[in-house]
Amino acid sequence: MGHGVALAHGDNYINHSKGLKSWLNTLDHKRIGIMYLIAILSFFLVGGIFAMLIRLNLFSPGSTLVSPSKYNQLFTYHGAIMVFMVIIPMIPAAIGNMVLPMMLGAKDVAFPRWNLASFYVYLSGAAIACASLFLNGVDTGWTFYTPYSIRTSTSAVWVLLGAFVMGFSSILTGLNFVVSIHKLRAPGMGWGKMPLFLWALYGTSVIQILATPVLAITLLLAALERIVGIGIFDPALGGDPVLFQHFFWFYSHPAVYIMILPAMGVISEVVPVFSRKPIFGYTAIAMATFGIALVSFVVWGHHMFVSGQSEFANFLFSLITMFVAIPTGVKVFSWLGTMYKGSLHFHAPMLYAIGFIFVFTIGGMTGMFLATLATDVHLTDTYFVVAHFHYVMVGGSLLGFLAGLHYWFPKFSGKMYAETPAMIAAILINVGFNVTFFPQFILGVLGMPRRYADYLPQFTTLNRVSTVGSWIIAAGFLLVLFYLIHALLRGKKASDNPWKALTLEWQSPSPPPHENFLVEPVVTDGPYDYRGAKAGPI
Amino acid sequence: MTLFFALVASAFAATVPVQGTDIAGAWDVLYWFLIYVSAFFVFGILAAMIYFAVRYRRQEGKRPKFIEGNTAVEIVWTVIPTILVMIMFVWGWVVYKKMIHAPLNALEIRVIGKQWLWQFVYPDGKQSINDLYVPLNRPVKLIMSSEDVLHGFFIPNFRVKHDVVPGMYTDVWFEAKIPGIHQIFCTEYCGASHSGMLARLLVLKDDQWKEFLGGKKIDIAALSSDPTFPGFRANMLGEGMPAVSQGDASAPVSLVSQGKTVAQSKGCIACHSADGSKMTGPTWKGLAGSTRKFADGSEGKADDAYLRESIENSAAKIVAGYPAGQMPVYKGLFTEVELAQVIEYIKSLK
Ligand code: HEC
Ligand SMILES: [Cu+2]
Ligand SMILES: [Cu+2]
Repeated sequence: MGHGVALAHGDNYINHSKGLKSWLNTLDHKRIGIMYLIAILSFFLVGGIFAMLIRLNLFSPGSTLVSPSKYNQLFTYHGAIMVFMVIIPMIPAAIGNMVLPMMLGAKDVAFPRWNLASFYVYLSGAAIACASLFLNGVDTGWTFYTPYSIRTSTSAVWVLLGAFVMGFSSILTGLNFVVSIHKLRAPGMGWGKMPLFLWALYGTSVIQILATPVLAITLLLAALERIVGIGIFDPALGGDPVLFQHFFWFYSHPAVYIMILPAMGVISEVVPVFSRKPIFGYTAIAMATFGIALVSFVVWGHHMFVSGQSEFANFLFSLITMFVAIPTGVKVFSWLGTMYKGSLHFHAPMLYAIGFIFVFTIGGMTGMFLATLATDVHLTDTYFVVAHFHYVMVGGSLLGFLAGLHYWFPKFSGKMYAETPAMIAAILINVGFNVTFFPQFILGVLGMPRRYADYLPQFTTLNRVSTVGSWIIAAGFLLVLFYLIHALLRGKKASDNPWKALTLEWQSPSPPPHENFLVEPVVTDGPYDYRGAKAGPI
Repeated sequence: MTLFFALVASAFAATVPVQGTDIAGAWDVLYWFLIYVSAFFVFGILAAMIYFAVRYRRQEGKRPKFIEGNTAVEIVWTVIPTILVMIMFVWGWVVYKKMIHAPLNALEIRVIGKQWLWQFVYPDGKQSINDLYVPLNRPVKLIMSSEDVLHGFFIPNFRVKHDVVPGMYTDVWFEAKIPGIHQIFCTEYCGASHSGMLARLLVLKDDQWKEFLGGKKIDIAALSSDPTFPGFRANMLGEGMPAVSQGDASAPVSLVSQGKTVAQSKGCIACHSADGSKMTGPTWKGLAGSTRKFADGSEGKADDAYLRESIENSAAKIVAGYPAGQMPVYKGLFTEVELAQVIEYIKSLK
């Protein structure tokens, strides 16, 4: 090893080189991860402000805050930003980039240059999409359904092209991760000894590589249709609007798993560490990850039960969708099995993980209402769907992300955050989340359609409860922002392995050196071998 | 105590809309089944986590148990959910079949969605806007299309919904069991006034329905005192909402004879006969509902979708025995209402 042990706690990836340029040109996966994190959190802030405005407008019936067309732009930007710029890259590109090579025991990802390129591709896509904000805005909804998206007078082309460009970043990251996992595992790390977070990223990457090109083509076709009127989706030009929905969901259903699988991976790391016990059913969880990834490609039609799709297609898509529930259930039960007879530690990551399991179960179960044909007819396109996917994407992906952020924060910042505010924030976010979104299930069953700038007076009470909930979530997030920044500036120094975890990244100093490890790690035990002294308290 | 349970029960009941049809009743049973299954798992998992959190919380001197899995348990929690989801699937399919297949004797009303209003065209040629009049206790089938972008037609009290797609016919059906007013929503995002694209469903008792058919104006105020749907609103103000008159209940000519006029004025009768004689094009007599043979050897049923396609773009399917390229392309030359009129006319030629 080039670095002597004397350097051990002096030189790290943060102070290895100095200046803004050394960051912008970096090939270090950890720095790229941090840059992704900053970009994603900034977009999250913007998308979050839009969400607060949406809820504020819905506090009372009538266009109380903004006009209906402005409202339509608000929910379009909220959705597009949160999906394409935040949730999709949130865990893989930000946390995954930092953690994956270290968990593998490698010095970096397989293609560091691609890695940096993918970041700039992502930023350019985001910039193109955001440019529309300064033109006429966009009001198509993040789903861009045709023929509305082709006829609207707003700047839909920019967002279509932006999402198209961001897709390439997603593909590049996916390829990079797959090759890294195949080629860079530390000596001794067979497939059966790979941490489940890596299995999750592997499954995610496969979906990113296979599904994203379809989205790219679809968005490009829609953009071309707008610009030159090629007539693929607009019936006035001889096209078929329902075809767009098939293409769109062929990507966007698997994309749901791009968003949730990595979060499940985080939970599979956090629960054993804070239970001081091996993960229950390692093989089953790894297989379930691939089961979900595979099935996710053939269920897209469940978004289209009332679109005009044939009865037979509805039959098949409903049937196949049912099978997604099984591997998902296996995971939830396995996390419970991991807690059983453990020694449970309630640090912030674990609180988020427990919140995840509860909220995600509701998200999953309400998914069954939408997979079941008859119930879907009434519930689709109502607030029930809005509530369902927020339980999965916010309650699932975002809580998973927060669990991961709190879990790996000491490793990559070298600092410890204060436990008490972290616990309060975890509780605020979990409670606020349920107060915001649970009433929306009832609103949906009662018939309130989604994407409504205005609503009937009988829906007022439930909408108000939901809006108040959004304030609680916001308070929780502000608290997180506050104590994490405080920790960065004034936090106590973190030890190398504050959670006494067994995966490789914790064998390196906090923060890790430029090339990750002082001594090249060798794997002898499994990642969850909590036996004897290793199972001792944190 | 009984009062308490009665209160809880009514609170739960208030979370679903009124059961306006028998199918809504069947839907509700399935819905509550799903709620109970979900509640079982959600509360079960929550209870387990709380129990574990207390029982297995970190304690001095207590060691966690080293368990890596348990095949028997894993099989159980794979098999039981599999059985449950198969029950959901089959049950959902059975109710869904009832929801989508209208009885043959259903009264057909045409629905046209456009930004941002609903237009209804009745068999006797009447038209109304944002007010749909239907008879009580009689199956009604709505044949829907859109003049511009996607819309969605939704009656929560009846648990029916379907997208309304330009260039295509979709349908919903119901048999209303509760007279009075029910809410109709647009559920597919369609632009600025999507949330203002509301309509009223007016379910009329026998005598009122006869009055409606007879061209008398229905006293809607009297209907709306009906307690079945509180807080109803026909139309919310939105940008670009056209000012529409509610209901035009006086139209003298039936849809079929309007269609005949359209067929004459658009020149169809130069090539199509109504009496079975062969002209440049096939006769319309007995066309609707028959099985058509095409030049490429395939076959198809002459339903609304086929008639629509043949009119707008006849080259899509060429009837066997007739040359291609004879019939002009009419795409874009018909309004949705005119299309409905001609199709009804063709369907009347049995
Ligand atoms: C110049 C002659 C001509 C005119 C005018 C014309 N058609 Fe046709 N039509 C044809 C021919 C020829 C066919 C059969 C070949 C084909 O399927 O394209 C046909 C087929 C059809 C069919 C399918 C019939 C079947 O037997 O399956 C329908 C429906 C139809 N036309 C409706 C109309 C309507 C409505 C109009 C007026 C708006 C119209 N046509 C005007 C020549 C004509
Ligand atoms: Cu889906
Ligand atoms: Cu609409």
